[in-house]
Order: sequence, then structure tokens, then C-alpha cells
Amino acid sequence: MNPDTDLKRTPLFDVHRASKAKMVDFGGWNMPVQYSSILEEHNAVRTGVGLFDVSHMGEIEIRGPEAAKLVDYVSTNHAAKLKIGQAHYSALLYDHGGFVDDILVHKVSENEFFLCVNAANQDKDFEHIRRHNTFDADVNFASDRYAQLAIQGPNALGTLQKLTSARLSEIKYYWFTDGLVADTRARIARTGYTGEDGFEIYVPPSDAARIWNELIEAGQEFGIKACGLGARNTLRLEAKMALYGHELTASTNPFEADLAWIVKMEKGEFVGRRALEMAMEQQITRKLAGFEMTERGIGRDGYEVWIDGTPAGWVTSGGPSPTLNKNIGLCYLPAAQAKPGINLQVLIRNVPAGAVTVPTPFYKRAKT
Amino acid sequence: MSYPGNYKYTKEHEWLDVDGDQGRIGITDHAQHELGDIVFVDLPKPGSNVTKGHSFGSVESVKAVSDIYAPVSGEVLEANDLLSKSPEKLNEDPHGAAWLIKVKLSAPDEAGGLMDAAAYEKYVGAE
Repeated sequence: MNPDTDLKRTPLFDVHRASKAKMVDFGGWNMPVQYSSILEEHNAVRTGVGLFDVSHMGEIEIRGPEAAKLVDYVSTNHAAKLKIGQAHYSALLYDHGGFVDDILVHKVSENEFFLCVNAANQDKDFEHIRRHNTFDADVNFASDRYAQLAIQGPNALGTLQKLTSARLSEIKYYWFTDGLVADTRARIARTGYTGEDGFEIYVPPSDAARIWNELIEAGQEFGIKACGLGARNTLRLEAKMALYGHELTASTNPFEADLAWIVKMEKGEFVGRRALEMAMEQQITRKLAGFEMTERGIGRDGYEVWIDGTPAGWVTSGGPSPTLNKNIGLCYLPAAQAKPGINLQVLIRNVPAGAVTVPTPFYKRAKT
Repeated sequence: MSYPGNYKYTKEHEWLDVDGDQGRIGITDHAQHELGDIVFVDLPKPGSNVTKGHSFGSVESVKAVSDIYAPVSGEVLEANDLLSKSPEKLNEDPHGAAWLIKVKLSAPDEAGGLMDAAAYEKYVGAE
């Protein structure tokens, strides 16, 4: 594989390369993993503001008189309950109850929904939704028409506000508005994947580099940092936000992943519902839990977890927490033991190291 | 950062500083730069043996774990205590204060096959 020719690029690729970012293959995309230092970028988001290129994420638009019905049929949360301008976290499931993807659903108008989906899953998601579309609705693959930038941190609002007349302080968490950013039409959502306040904006790819540069300029007074996927991962882990391919896979269901709150059984039929009913009746056998290391060592993705000398599960995501200055992680455990205060051993390169389950999220920002 | 002229270097980005029948081993500036923020260093205990070309410990950055390979064989005399408390020193002074281990060389000839500073600089330049 030649990363210069075989990997997909976002509209900001030249910006990343010019700023000497370290680039990696992320699900087939040539993406910045860090610009300066993951720790510095992480701390910028927790204390100031950071800017991420997340243009690899996919967008799917669903329009038509029965758009809400289609969204509700293919996803777990209750889309019909969204107000115009509101968004929520949701999931696409297979019939067997496993995850196709985790997604954000935005209600643009009575007849239009805007889905933000994971980069590596976007083609699969689009096919999945289209295959289940027996409704009066059109499903459009829109990823080529959007670049996405995430402005995150306590000074995200102050930074973005300089470039838009939209009243950002009036946009509530998980709401959005369409407006102008740097004189360019943009969808401005108060969402994020960092556990911090902030915005995710969807802009035309042709304007993305200019808007990126204007945001960097606007954030200078707050010490804004360009941030890569490395910091995005440590930030989302502290906030216990799931990552597809790690906490969420085709063979885990939302109850196991501690995401029962995005499953609305009362809304009626949806893909995967029958499997979830059976899972509830039979009770789930494993569940996601948070842990922190009590001995030297870092429990990382894929490491085995033991309880009392017996194999019990595995780490889905693990690493250092820059904010807490501890080594933390998420793991699947037998459901009865997926509660705080259970002593674990994480097998680090075949040597057991002590850990204990703890309440999650690991980090929660102070309410403002 | 320049590469000390009296050190020898491996393709796996370790350095060796030989003094008589002893040697200090560390990782290069190139290696620390590639790893990024280093948060944990796992080193062997004094008295244990390392074998040329075999992993003797690991260095962990925020993002990943990397094995460290012995440039020569020998008995570990000392592991750098500084790194258990301040692993980030490895980002700051990889060729100096943040050396990893000291060994008593069991086969001093092994050092002959390593790169000198000029060859290593060319090697990382081309990598």
C-alpha cells in the first residue's frame, strides 16, 4: 500500500502536510494523528480550545414525506420525537442486534434528516439504510458535499463566534442551526466527541481550508491548537464515548455496550428490535465497564482481562488519561461483575497487572 | 538534535555508548520523536541478561507500545531510575540523562556491526 496514492484524503490534507502533522492510515484515510503533542492537544481541548479535521466522517441525507419513518425503522433512538434543529445519538443495528454503526441524527425539517456516520462504515451504512427503505423517502450519500470541522473546548464558543452571526450561546447541547461561518453556508451543531463543550460544523469541501485557517486565527487569543486523532481518542475515552470497532462491533448489542439509553423499544418496529427483546428476556451475559490500573502498566486495546485468575473479558480501549493522570480503559466483563469496585488483572504482554473497575465517565466537565 | 559521534546505532533506533567492557543503551532522538509523548518505560532488573537483537523492554507513548531491542548482549548492571518517575524525560534528553540501561558486555565484538552516527543520520534521513 502506498499511503500517497491509496489512502483517501480530506480537503484539508495539504493543510495538515504543511503544518508537519504526523499522518496515519485511519480506516483507509490519510489522517493527522498529532500535530505537536497528543498531551498538549488534549490539554488544549480541556482548558482552552482545539480544532479537529473530521472530514473523513460520512454524511447521509434522508428526505421525503416518510423520512422520519425510515430513520426510526433503521435506528434505535426515537427520531420522530426530535424537534427541528435537534440532534441525537443513535445506532444502526443488524437484525441480530449487533451494531452496523453508531450515528448522529439531525432533524433538519419535517421531511429531512441529516446523519453523521463513521468514516469506515459510511458505504455499509448507506447500503444498509437503502436496503431497508420501503418508505416514501430518498436516501442520499452526501459525504462528498461536506467537510466537517470540530471546534472543542471551553473557548470553542468564543472562537467560533468571531466567524458567525449565529447566536451560538442560544444553541443548546445537541441542537444545531444552519448559518454562515466565515461567509460560507454551514451547519453548526453543538455536538462533539471530547466530553467538552464545543461545535461540529459541516461546510463545503471547497471552503474547508480557508475556514480552518480563519478558525486557527480566531482562536489565537485562546491558544487554539490543531488536534489530531490521537487527542480525539484520549478525550473521547475519558468521556466514555464509544468507538466503533472497539466498544461497538457487529457482535455487540447496545445493552452490552451500556447504551440502553439510545434504544427506544416503545417506538415500535425497527431493525434489530426482535433480537434486543430476546436479549432482554435472556439477560445479557457481558457488559462494558470502566477500569483504572492500580499497578504499573497500561492496559491497551485487545489485552485480556482476568478476575480471580480466570479469563473474564478484554480491553476495548485503554491508555493514559492525561486529564486524570491515571491509566484507564474500557473492557467487557461478565455482566454481574461490570460494576465499580471489582478487582481485575489486565494481561500486559502476558504479565498480569492490577486494575479495578470504576464509575464512568472517567471525566465529566463542570456544568456551566 | 545531533547524534553523538562516539555512540553506535541500530536500525531499530537504539544507541550504544561503550566504555571499556560496559555500555549504556538508549533510544535515539528519531525514535522518541516518532513515538510522541512518552508516558511509560518498562526496563529489565539489574542482574538479568539481554541478548543482541532481542526485546529487553518497552517504551509506551500515549498512543502505542514499542519494543526496545538490545544492540549488544550482556548483563544488566543498572536500569535508569529517572524513567520510572519521569518517563517524559525520554522526549527531552534521549541521548543523555534519559539513557535506559547499563550493561556489562558479554560479547564486545557485537558492537562492531552497528552504525556510526553519520551512517545512522543517513539511515533515518532516508527512512
